[in-house]
Parts: sequence; C-alpha cells; structure tokens
Amino acid sequence: MIWQLDLAILTLVVIAAIGAITIKDLLGAAILFGSYSFMMCLLWSIMGAVDVAFTEASVGAGVSTVFFVAAVFRTSRRTKD
Amino acid sequence: MKIIGLIIAVLTGILLIYATVDFPPWADPGSPASTYLSPHYIEKTMEETSVPNIVTAVLADYRGFDTMFETTVIFAAGVACFFILRTFKRKEPEEIFYRHTLTGMTIRVKNSGKVRQDLDEFERIDAMWTPHYLIVKTVARLLVPFIQLFGLYVIAHGHHSPGGGFQGGVILGASIILLAISHDMRTALGRMREKTTALLCTTGVLIYAGAGALCLLLGLNFLDYGALASILYTDPVTARSHGILIVEIGVGLAVMSAMIWIYSNVSSGGKYDEGL
Repeated sequence: MIWQLDLAILTLVVIAAIGAITIKDLLGAAILFGSYSFMMCLLWSIMGAVDVAFTEASVGAGVSTVFFVAAVFRTSRRTKD
Repeated sequence: MKIIGLIIAVLTGILLIYATVDFPPWADPGSPASTYLSPHYIEKTMEETSVPNIVTAVLADYRGFDTMFETTVIFAAGVACFFILRTFKRKEPEEIFYRHTLTGMTIRVKNSGKVRQDLDEFERIDAMWTPHYLIVKTVARLLVPFIQLFGLYVIAHGHHSPGGGFQGGVILGASIILLAISHDMRTALGRMREKTTALLCTTGVLIYAGAGALCLLLGLNFLDYGALASILYTDPVTARSHGILIVEIGVGLAVMSAMIWIYSNVSSGGKYDEGL
C-alpha cells in the first residue's frame, strides 16, 4: 500500500462526499456521488477486497448513477432547500 | 431545523468514531474473526468446495442464505418500482415527434395522429430528449455484445477470479440500459420486453430458492449443495462447486432484469413509451 496514494484518494472521497450533499444542482450531485463511489472502489482495491471493489464499480459508480440521472431527468434538476 | 439536523449528524459521527476505538486494529491476527472463522475458510475452502476464489465460496455457499435474501431485496426493489411507477392506462401522447431521416427535419403530429408505419424515412423521437448522434449510437450498438460477453464471463468465471452473479448481472443489465440511453426507450424494449424482464427477475430468485429447496428434498440442509451430488453424478465436493454456479446464474438473472426493470420504470415515468 502506498500511503501517498491512499491519502490522495481519501481526500478526494471526502471532497466528493461533501460536494454531493452541498451542491444545489441535483445532476451534479449524482455525478459527484458516482465519483465518490469510484474513489471508494479504488480504496477497496487498495485494501485488497477486489470482489467488493468490483461490486462498487459496477453497482455504485455505474448503475446507481444512471438511476439518479434518470430520476433527475423525470423530476427537477434543482433542489428546493 | 437545519442546525438541529447538523448537531445530530455531528453527534452521531463523533459517537461512531468513538465506537471504532473498540474495534480490533486493522489486520490484527488476534481479533475474534481471525482466530477461528477466517482460518477455517482460508484453509478448508479448497478441499470442501473446490472453489479457488474464497470470497465466492463464502458468499454463495457458507453464507448462501444471506445472499439469497440479498437477491430477494433486489427483486423487491424492482417490484416496488414497478408497483409505484407503472401506469397501465393507455394514453396516447398528444404530440408525437418524428424525424425525417434524409433531411434531419423534425415534424410534429398533433391530436394523436400518426405517420404511416411503413414509411422508412420517418423515425419517432422523444419529445423531451432529441439528440441525434450517429457516432454515439453506432459505437454503443457495437459495444453491447462485447459488454454482454464480459458479463457472462464475470458470472461464469466467478469461481476463479473476482466477480460473480451480482457484478455480472449488473454488467448485463447495463448493456441494455446503454442501448436505452444511446438510442431510446423503445429500441431497448424491442430487444427486451417488459414481460420478459419481469419473468426473468422472478426466475432468477426461483432458481436460487429452488436449488436450496432441492437440497432440502434430497435429504440435506437448505442450500447445502453437497446434496446435489446424486443428481449431478459427481462427488459432493464438486457438487458444491456446481451448486455455486447454479446459484450465481440465478443471482445474475435476477439482478440483470431488476436493473433493467427499475431503469425503464424510473426513466419513462412508468409509461414505457418515451424515456431517457
């Protein structure tokens, strides 16, 4: 495990997570959530849990982002609060 | 209200971080999980199930009951989306848009009129989403068979490499979703009808639960695949490996069709006509 890489990815995870809950644009939040999932996938593979990383990449970063985008497409793009 | 929520979130976070102090350190060989359970899996998986990938063996065999209900949860999510969103009242849209493929002109037909179906020059387009990218369409259509082949590989090769029913099923479902995104909803539905999707979803869960019930009928515990040895004509160890494959196929079918089902319900608002 390279700790510099680990630290960089962890920082990106935190930034993506905070960005996803603060941003007003819901489409942007969906994309940020996808990038959060992808960073988590990298973290899982760093920790050696390749199966979990694979699931995270396919379900978290792939399909759930598409679901969010589809839901935003059908509802509204900006939050009310 | 916002401040109260923030305080609650921060307090919960502090509590959770405080609770991690009690956890055993990362990769501690003396932790309860590593003293008897993990060594058993690491040492005995190969001779008990003949599956090189321990994670697959634990997921589908040792913890098979758990995975069965994970599949059921995915199935329930698909069914819930169907019941909440699907509208059965057939209401033709008031305006239908067509694109003249030779000139790229868009025409609008009002009051539920229709362009003659036998004319090739007009293709129907969505009212809300009308891009027309030939390169995106062609590349996506060319990619779909390779994605599906990879999905099948992930399901079938889960014994030896990372992967399995969940990942393979999601990849298979994503290939149809890619078709729906790059073309339109109707193209994807032409490849895979709603009835097929629903039937495959239930079939997947049925294969999993049926494999378990078959073991019960053959005289062993629920989901103890060693019982399948007598009908597969193998020894119990190989039968457990084959049982894992059967179960993974069930999971793959259920997850694939649940993903397509949820996507088509959400993106078309339950109308199955126009969608992302």
